[in-house]
Amino acid sequence: MSMIPDITGGAGDTAAELAVEAGEPVPVGRKIIQGRSPFQLAWERLRTDKAAIVSMAVIAAIVIMALMAPLIAAWIGHGPNQQFIDIGENANGGPVAPNGTFWLGTDSSGRDLFVRIVYGARVSLSVGVLATLISIALGVVFGLAAGYLGGIVDVVIARVIDIMLAIPFLVLAISIATILHPSFWLVIFVVGILSFTYPARIVRGQVISLKEKEYIQAARALGAGPFRIMFIDLLPNVIAQVIVYGSLLIPASIVLEATLSFLGVGIPPPTADWGQMISDASGYYQYGYWWYLLFPSLALLITTLAFNILGDSVRDALDPRGGGLYV
Amino acid sequence: MNDVKTVPAQAADTTEGDVLLRVENLVKYFPVKSSGFLKPREFVHAVEDVSLAVRRGETYGIVGESGCGKSTLGRSIARLHDITSGRIVFDGQDISKLSQRRMRPLRREIQMIFQDPIGSLNPRRRVGSIIGDPFAIHHTASGTERRRRVQELMERVGLNPEHYNRFPAEFSGGQRQRIGVARALAFQPKLIICDEPVSALDVSIQAQVVNLLADLQAEFGLTYIFIAHDLSVVRHVSNTVGVMYLGKLTETAPADTLFTVPRHPYTGALLSAVPLPDPDQSAQRKQIVLVGDVPSPIAPPSGCRFHPRCPKAAPVCVTDDPVLEPQLGDGPDHLAACHLPMAEGESLADFKPTIGAEERVIEPEGVLAEDVLPGGKPAGGDAGTGSASPGSGSIGAVPTTREGGQA
Repeated sequence: MSMIPDITGGAGDTAAELAVEAGEPVPVGRKIIQGRSPFQLAWERLRTDKAAIVSMAVIAAIVIMALMAPLIAAWIGHGPNQQFIDIGENANGGPVAPNGTFWLGTDSSGRDLFVRIVYGARVSLSVGVLATLISIALGVVFGLAAGYLGGIVDVVIARVIDIMLAIPFLVLAISIATILHPSFWLVIFVVGILSFTYPARIVRGQVISLKEKEYIQAARALGAGPFRIMFIDLLPNVIAQVIVYGSLLIPASIVLEATLSFLGVGIPPPTADWGQMISDASGYYQYGYWWYLLFPSLALLITTLAFNILGDSVRDALDPRGGGLYV
Repeated sequence: MNDVKTVPAQAADTTEGDVLLRVENLVKYFPVKSSGFLKPREFVHAVEDVSLAVRRGETYGIVGESGCGKSTLGRSIARLHDITSGRIVFDGQDISKLSQRRMRPLRREIQMIFQDPIGSLNPRRRVGSIIGDPFAIHHTASGTERRRRVQELMERVGLNPEHYNRFPAEFSGGQRQRIGVARALAFQPKLIICDEPVSALDVSIQAQVVNLLADLQAEFGLTYIFIAHDLSVVRHVSNTVGVMYLGKLTETAPADTLFTVPRHPYTGALLSAVPLPDPDQSAQRKQIVLVGDVPSPIAPPSGCRFHPRCPKAAPVCVTDDPVLEPQLGDGPDHLAACHLPMAEGESLADFKPTIGAEERVIEPEGVLAEDVLPGGKPAGGDAGTGSASPGSGSIGAVPTTREGGQA
């Protein structure tokens, strides 16, 4: 029996679980009684939620599409930045409507709109996920530190958050992006760093109420240091809220990235990006080039909607009693 | 009844004995958020000038009403609070000024068991991980070794070691308290501070946990500080008992002495609230029920803190703070802080306070106000309406006066 118990983790006793599920021999005549972790219970609730299943399927499709973008481009035979000046532009040099060659039409430079939308999913998803990871990581660390350590640490962090919340988000993001020259990684960091304030506040508020609990006193009485208490005792108790908030932060980050690109301070051209396409298309829409505006917007809408519905389901699954998220 | 007590042989012959823990003039104030600009900062006087000594191997019971500072005292001794002033000497070492970091090695020797069997266990962590915490924190065992020792502990406190992977919510209250005991026991500490360990449990489960604690004490030679508000439990487990009122230790004595010859009127009133199993005895007894509520610990009364509610209160009680010392020829181990201690067999019901009405607590129903004579003399503490429950031996739920069980 090579079972090494994971003493530290809340949901991490997978070694034992796997052993049981794999039908490995359990110690002589003994049956391991396995408590189900809150996340196992949440996953079971999530599995029975139809909206969650549908949105997960949609997200999976978008992710597969983004991952296979080069294959799709090769299969169609149109590169994402390849201009078709002869067949991709009409007599006036405008976009061509959807047809057999260009399934969703072309853009103002005679490029295949479908291939560019597929490539745009890569940017949107990676910015959405990476920026969310950054803001969640920062939010957890600062929220735990402010909430548990209190005192001057709390004052400084809380004031920084207040200041950041007082400045309009877009103004700050545009200023930073303009000064530092737009790039893919800059967009991720700007979006990630600027949106850490809400998870930090959620974690801080939770920790302030949790740290009065007797089990935190018990950990202190055992001699646990502040880092152990923050990350081993407190974090598992706030992680559900963090996951819920994170799942809603992904679509928000995607929209924010699209917004920055729309305004010309996001992903620099010629990289395919939904916000940029929508921005470009808005100048052509009035002349009847509807597909150019419609399809990138639909891509953005479907992606964010799927993430939002999934986020709602995740919240319901993790917190069946409802409420208590936006404290 | 007293069979679970384990009086250590070496401590029995001398009064000083082998002192494991000595608390000297411990004071703990908590700041209160000031209610206005430029107002003086106020403090809750949670523990005020408490001194006590706990001998190795004994159980020191601390009783008192809710909010009297007994839990704060326990947590201050465990250095979960920084103390305001005073000294805590544990095993010959002054720990009152140690930083949390330097305190850490000593955490192995002073452990706590908490009141709330739900709140004291992290709901998001598995039981094996919770009981294994002491080993993880002090890096003494890991992997399979840690698991083995955790399961030994679980077995020792009467839990099924196979429930290692369960979450606290999957256990009953009594089992959860056993988990707390197992965690406290991991390092076989010298001192365990039990902060109302059985108050949240059913009576039948209380007995199991109390007996478990007694067995463990006998097996490992543990010393307990046993904080409770249930007098019968405290009498059952304790060698020495200290009574607290509003942050001060009012009386301390060997358990049997305290329960038979209380000196402080507050102790007397508490004891009269303990239900007696014999209904005839119960009917004969006069139950002394204190008037009013405990005064605010932010601005405690002058002199003796008990004087506004004391049936024997005299002018000296308002002006002078009594010293904790032997009374009426008691031995050095029976101390009470009282100007007018009770003689043996004396009944508090026969007394009327001899202090002005403005010093007295007025009864909530205003009954006392009717009885106050024009001269301002109070009619005393026997004018209640009898709305109190004669039941539980707990303290604090007895707001009005009541005569001998209404028999």
